[in-house]
Amino acid sequence: MSLPAFAELLERLLFTPGRNAKLALLKRWFATQPDPDRGVALAAIAGELRFSTAKPSLVRDLVATRVDPVLLAWSHDYVGDLAETVALIWPEPPARPNRPPPDLSEVVETLELLPKSEVPARMAEWLDVLDAGGRLALIKLVTGGLRVGASARLARQALADWAGQPVEEVEEVWHGVPPPYLPLFRWLEGKGPRPDPRDAPVFRSPMLAQPLEAPDIAALDHAAFRAEWKWDGVRVQAAAGPGGRRLWSRTGEDMSGAFPEILEAMDFHAVVDGELLVMREGGAVAPFADLQQRLNRKVVGPKMLKDHPAGLRLYDLLFENGEDLRALPFDTRRERLEGWFARTRPERMDLSPQIAFVSLDQLGALRDGARAAGIEGLMLKRGDAPYVAGRPKGLWWKWKRAPLSIDAVLMYAQRGHGKRSSTYSDYTFGLWRPDGQGGEELVPVGKAYSGYTDQELVWLDRWIRNHTLSRFGPVREVEKALVLEIVFDAAQRSARHKSGVALRFPRIARLRADKPAAEADRLESLMAMLEKGRE
Amino acid sequence: MPTPHPESWIRVTPQGLYCEPGDFFIDPMAGAPRAIVSHGHSDHARPDHGAVLATPETLAIMTARLGEGRAGRSQQALGYHQPLTVGEVRVTLVPAGHVLGSAQVVLEWQNSRIVVSGDYKRQPDPTCAPFEPVPCDVFVTEATFALPVFRHPPAGQEIRRLLDSLALFPERAHLVGCYALGKCQRLIALLRAAGWQRPIYLHGAQQSMCALYERFGIPLGELLPVPRPEKRGATVLAGELVLAPPSAEANPWARRLADPVTAVASGWMRVRQRAKARGVELPLIVSDHVDWDDLLASIAEVGAPEVWVTHGREEALIHALAGRGVRGRALHLLGREEEESGEAALDLAGEEGAA
Repeated sequence: MSLPAFAELLERLLFTPGRNAKLALLKRWFATQPDPDRGVALAAIAGELRFSTAKPSLVRDLVATRVDPVLLAWSHDYVGDLAETVALIWPEPPARPNRPPPDLSEVVETLELLPKSEVPARMAEWLDVLDAGGRLALIKLVTGGLRVGASARLARQALADWAGQPVEEVEEVWHGVPPPYLPLFRWLEGKGPRPDPRDAPVFRSPMLAQPLEAPDIAALDHAAFRAEWKWDGVRVQAAAGPGGRRLWSRTGEDMSGAFPEILEAMDFHAVVDGELLVMREGGAVAPFADLQQRLNRKVVGPKMLKDHPAGLRLYDLLFENGEDLRALPFDTRRERLEGWFARTRPERMDLSPQIAFVSLDQLGALRDGARAAGIEGLMLKRGDAPYVAGRPKGLWWKWKRAPLSIDAVLMYAQRGHGKRSSTYSDYTFGLWRPDGQGGEELVPVGKAYSGYTDQELVWLDRWIRNHTLSRFGPVREVEKALVLEIVFDAAQRSARHKSGVALRFPRIARLRADKPAAEADRLESLMAMLEKGRE
Repeated sequence: MPTPHPESWIRVTPQGLYCEPGDFFIDPMAGAPRAIVSHGHSDHARPDHGAVLATPETLAIMTARLGEGRAGRSQQALGYHQPLTVGEVRVTLVPAGHVLGSAQVVLEWQNSRIVVSGDYKRQPDPTCAPFEPVPCDVFVTEATFALPVFRHPPAGQEIRRLLDSLALFPERAHLVGCYALGKCQRLIALLRAAGWQRPIYLHGAQQSMCALYERFGIPLGELLPVPRPEKRGATVLAGELVLAPPSAEANPWARRLADPVTAVASGWMRVRQRAKARGVELPLIVSDHVDWDDLLASIAEVGAPEVWVTHGREEALIHALAGRGVRGRALHLLGREEEESGEAALDLAGEEGAA
């Protein structure tokens, strides 16, 4: 099937808000499209296609040769997105060339084989035979970043639903089969054997915890549970063996490239579950902001590796030397983990310690007292629970610390993206401090873009438009007159912020239009909430 | 006798374009003494004029929408291609292809000809007479979609996408937002041509114009009002098509529909962020205005050395015309489609002229 059909799929996925409707669109795709194109599309949506020869700049240069620069600039300004602008503005030849539009697989194969110098001309040929939707699909496909609101995880779910298999089954073979996944489709259609990943490192759906709320606490049999800290990093799965090494995020994204030092340390034949953290000397956990510096980077420089060294704090052992331990009770797995760790001693890794406790009250006090960097709260795991993919009820609980709160003053607002591109939905807020001349000034301490209701968003948007002092592109500076109650999970010292402090997951709890701005909190109140270093 | 430049006999006033030797306005603001009205959309056909000259269809539309007595104290119907002298000016109405009865106003005085095109399009439309290019000295045009990113695909292709969605989601109603005059009837006619023979359900606001079109001999097939669910909380019209004014999906009225797929038929749907910002699930690029290519092609066809731009994205059009040796002039007419600030909420629900 050709690119236009893929373009239509992307279009529908982008605009369809409902998860079920997205799944329906994907299922129909798998059911009606031929190989190998259905698999190529799947790879594109799952983010598994990368081309080194086609960069956004190539598209920009191409269009510049065909379009009046003034009209291009105005159009880009109007549309916002460069790929979309180019797709829409690309001048259609007076008579469309008498060639069929390219197949998806043809595009992929061509780009893999073609010398870089010949890519622009080939792109232009393709653009000439496609309509606007097809052009957009092509540009997004080759420059990366489809952004159609369908994750790799959703795509695998659709694949599983379509074939009537549990998604975990699909996950387990997924990473062992490369695009366009022909053996996978054959198996799912009952026409071939289950692909055997052999030793290839594959992703296993992780076990997740339910949030522990008051009613559950009352019913909890504490003796059946084990406690450990909930570390404030990124949950990962590290799989290594003769077939290779991979570091997966909890949704199955491959993070291996961003953390080469972890990969190097995975000199074992096992699958472990743990928390990825930036760890300094002696295993001290750095604030989440430090880890954030490392995430979403394709290339890591030596300085980054030195200044923000990553480590892995281990929670669980899923496989050891090819043996699947997931059906065993947690207590047994923990024993196996400790034994394995003592024998293997992998670099850059340590064990997440278990916390002894005799009552939930004692545990609650521990939780509330823990303000050390890197701790989000507590995890409670049933000692007899197997490792079950998904979020089973009652086996694992996460017990987060109560959030902290401050009353801050709105300083700047920025328009959001996508659905919120016409709404001021991102807010920079500040606290008072002495200005050094006997007066007070506001210093920005954070940014929030969630927590409000739809009605509050409408109200904020209007307030901002009516109280604008100045504008810089998408940002407005507003009168320092509106107080926002901000809640956040932690405050951490930060050299990168003017205020010297960074907030973890700040969100808007309430609009305090009733409170005069002068009565908002001062920076020193926030500094008093700073996390202590390592306890 | 030298030919007078049109600027010497057609002026821009706060009330709209005024033709001095004929002593009339074209599509003026409310309450003009004498008006020629190009078509029935509310930003062109305003109430309470003294004398109104327009096509019979436009007069009927005005009367239906503005009410008896508010669509001109006196009305004069003028068919297409029938020249009429008003004052010293020869006036001819020529089809504009925009909606039923829409006309370009061709004005001739002392060997100078100016065409006020109103709103127009070049795509085929089974519900109105097609645009005819008239060579002229000055062509007065809108510029609603005057950026090269606006290219409307063939409407039939968009209708197929709608029918395809109905096939994929038979358990959901399909709610299509569209203007009550023109777009609604065009969509129905296109759906019929594409083979949709089931009843089409109408929001109350769409019914009177459909009835009017049928009185003028444009068959629309079986049209039904949207029923109420029999039980509280139940929904209706799974797998059916419902046409309603834009933004009706945000109205509690829409809660009676079975998990509706919200579609909007408009030229603005070309730009994804705009469709996303409105929460449209199925954007249909169907417009009754010219797109960029048709705009430039039309101007080339009429061969006017000078083009006046009433409203829209005049700067882009004037820039492009300069490169073609055509003088462009922005009229900044008041009261047309509100210019978007680029960040204001979409104007689809408001002015009709815009889509």
